[in-house]
Amino acid sequence: MNKALLILKREYLTRVRKKSFVILTLLVPFLFAGMTILPAWLAMQDDKEERTIAVYDGTGIFLGRLESTDYTKFHFIPQDEYAKIKEDIRNSPFYAVLFIPPNVLTANRAQLFSDKQVTIDVKSMVAGKLGTILENDKKKQVIDQSGLPDLEEKLAATKTHINLETIKIDQQGSAVKSSTELAMAVGYAAGFIIYMFVFIYGTMVMRGVMEEKTSRIVEVIISSVKPTQLMFGKIVGIGLVGLTQLLFWVIIGGAIVAGVQSFVGGGEVTTLEQSQNLMSTSGVAIEAATAEQQNMALEIIDMIGNLNLPLIFGSFLFYFLGGFLLYSSLLGAVGSAVDHDEDAQQLMLPVTLPLIFSIIILFPVVKNPEGALAFWASLIPFTSPVIMMVRVPFGVPVWELLLSMGILLASIWGIIWVAGKIYRTGILMYGKKVNFKEIVKWLFYHN
Amino acid sequence: MELFRATEVVKDYAGHRALNKVSISVAEQSVFGLLGPNGAGKTTLIRIINQITAPDEGELFFQGRKLKSTDIQYIGYLPEERGLYKKMKVGEQALYLAQLKGMSRHDALRNLKKWFEKFEIQPWWNKKVEELSKGMQQKVQFVTTVIHEPKLLIFDEPFSGFDPINANLMKNEILQLKAKGATIIFSTHNMASVEEICDHIALLHQSQKILDGNIFDIKDRYKRGIFEIETPDTEAVSLFSQNGFSLIEHDLHGNRQRIKFQKATDQSNNELLQKLMGKLEISAFREVIPSMNEVFIQVVQQANQKN
Repeated sequence: MNKALLILKREYLTRVRKKSFVILTLLVPFLFAGMTILPAWLAMQDDKEERTIAVYDGTGIFLGRLESTDYTKFHFIPQDEYAKIKEDIRNSPFYAVLFIPPNVLTANRAQLFSDKQVTIDVKSMVAGKLGTILENDKKKQVIDQSGLPDLEEKLAATKTHINLETIKIDQQGSAVKSSTELAMAVGYAAGFIIYMFVFIYGTMVMRGVMEEKTSRIVEVIISSVKPTQLMFGKIVGIGLVGLTQLLFWVIIGGAIVAGVQSFVGGGEVTTLEQSQNLMSTSGVAIEAATAEQQNMALEIIDMIGNLNLPLIFGSFLFYFLGGFLLYSSLLGAVGSAVDHDEDAQQLMLPVTLPLIFSIIILFPVVKNPEGALAFWASLIPFTSPVIMMVRVPFGVPVWELLLSMGILLASIWGIIWVAGKIYRTGILMYGKKVNFKEIVKWLFYHN
Repeated sequence: MELFRATEVVKDYAGHRALNKVSISVAEQSVFGLLGPNGAGKTTLIRIINQITAPDEGELFFQGRKLKSTDIQYIGYLPEERGLYKKMKVGEQALYLAQLKGMSRHDALRNLKKWFEKFEIQPWWNKKVEELSKGMQQKVQFVTTVIHEPKLLIFDEPFSGFDPINANLMKNEILQLKAKGATIIFSTHNMASVEEICDHIALLHQSQKILDGNIFDIKDRYKRGIFEIETPDTEAVSLFSQNGFSLIEHDLHGNRQRIKFQKATDQSNNELLQKLMGKLEISAFREVIPSMNEVFIQVVQQANQKN
């Protein structure tokens, strides 16, 4: 078997068989799903605690109009009882006491007494109900005074919501419905994943080189294979470990999303209806809303279809591998040049700085993917793997994409040459405090 | 027959010449000692033979033809600073290193089994290297060095890290390998082991070869006419204070006088003996041959004085 392949196999298998790798690969999608789905699910859960609120109405206009909800009941009480309960609310059967002062119409204020801190849901629900009743009363008064017929219906008809569609004219001149939000989400996610993997797996290459150097096995190995074969096998092997992990995350993540959709999907509609029931009693509004949502879902599917998926996947793979090759060669060279972890940290920083920089400018680029910053950062090979990937979902001129890829390929070739030089000298250099000046000297060694 | 030859090898590192026109010739099925003080260039030469680094000038020959990159499968190398993957299992690792040397998995397994049995280390097969003691790791490393039955073996300080019993075991293994036809380049500071196992040596000093030859020839070359005799004649000491001899030391051993002296003239050993026989009773007569240790120190000091 080819020796580089032997090395690749070892690098791959020893890492993939590690317990930590298996656990991380299987667990992270669930953790991630848990982190995003759980809060959303919890937020969707209604407060199911039954509460009764005593109401002393100083105006007399709320009686019979303050409707109880499923879990919160309103109980109207006379003034003397109100004073008594307020005195000793702890021993009363009520969760809270609502005091509506006689001047509520002008002062716009009421008081809710409780021995506990009133929850935000209860507070906003009570305030909302009081407000709606008062608002309706005032509106009715205005309408009555104006004497105009059908004013209520006319006013309702003035409510307006603009749904702005973004449509992109592509190069052939045909219009394609685009979604800025969707492009942002895809670009952000793709850029971030590349950043994360390049960083984690680049560092893994560095650690692997250091392990071989500090354990001194490297001298035995390079008496059997060429240093370039060792470096190649290591980088490609570890790159495949990264791809394996990504593949598993995509598969497991996809399965989770599909599972959650089929599990929650049915229930979601009912909760949606419930919440809308609370907001509005008009059946027409619900129908309109659900229709609109169905429309939106269709539109999103449509727009996903309009994203150039093969291009996005292709570019993702290219920049993923390109970024990894570039940074892992550099980090491998760093690993070969040092004897200790502390020195590695020191040399690592300047090497990974452009990568960190690209994550810092990620947000400005997502906001303005056509700007000068985005343009230049997507050509510079040290930032292009992350930044160009952020831009691709928005649509990038072909020449820019090709130029960026070409520069990246040429840089990889150059960087591998430089890194190889450093590597071949570094792995056999012990007990020497290495700085950049020293490393530059190594470039001119004849190995 | 010559197995390996290096001619006029030069290697420069930024402003420092590590090897200056060094030539060596290693005969087949011999043990070649590569000696020299620290920093003399031994490790550089060994790395050049292993093709870890390339020489700036000079040529390398293997079995009469130029050394090729594929020849590394005929070479086994045990570096001075040893190491294995700590987290990898012993058997798996030995198999990996053997395959890297170009062996098929099948052959590697067969040979490994043989060696593991010989060293009685089969129970370690599934242990991680970091679980083994340092001496045990050395044994595993030795096996991985010889597993592919190389024609040329290069041992850099092979006995360091072994206890005397295991060091002796290793020494016997090395001599057995030679008996089976292997050629060995052996680098060490331990002159006692050089005398025990080397046939030929080259001494490097300050990047140059300053001594080369068969170990017995070299010792002969550096003997200085020093003799030791034993005689019952207690008056004999006065004889060696004159007559062109120079007395080095003497002591009384029971009723025998032991005298160490240097002869003055170019007379042969037989002439010296004849001359002495006429003057005193001789119980023992021995020429003092310098040890490799003495030769080493003398040669290096002379070289230092020249500079």
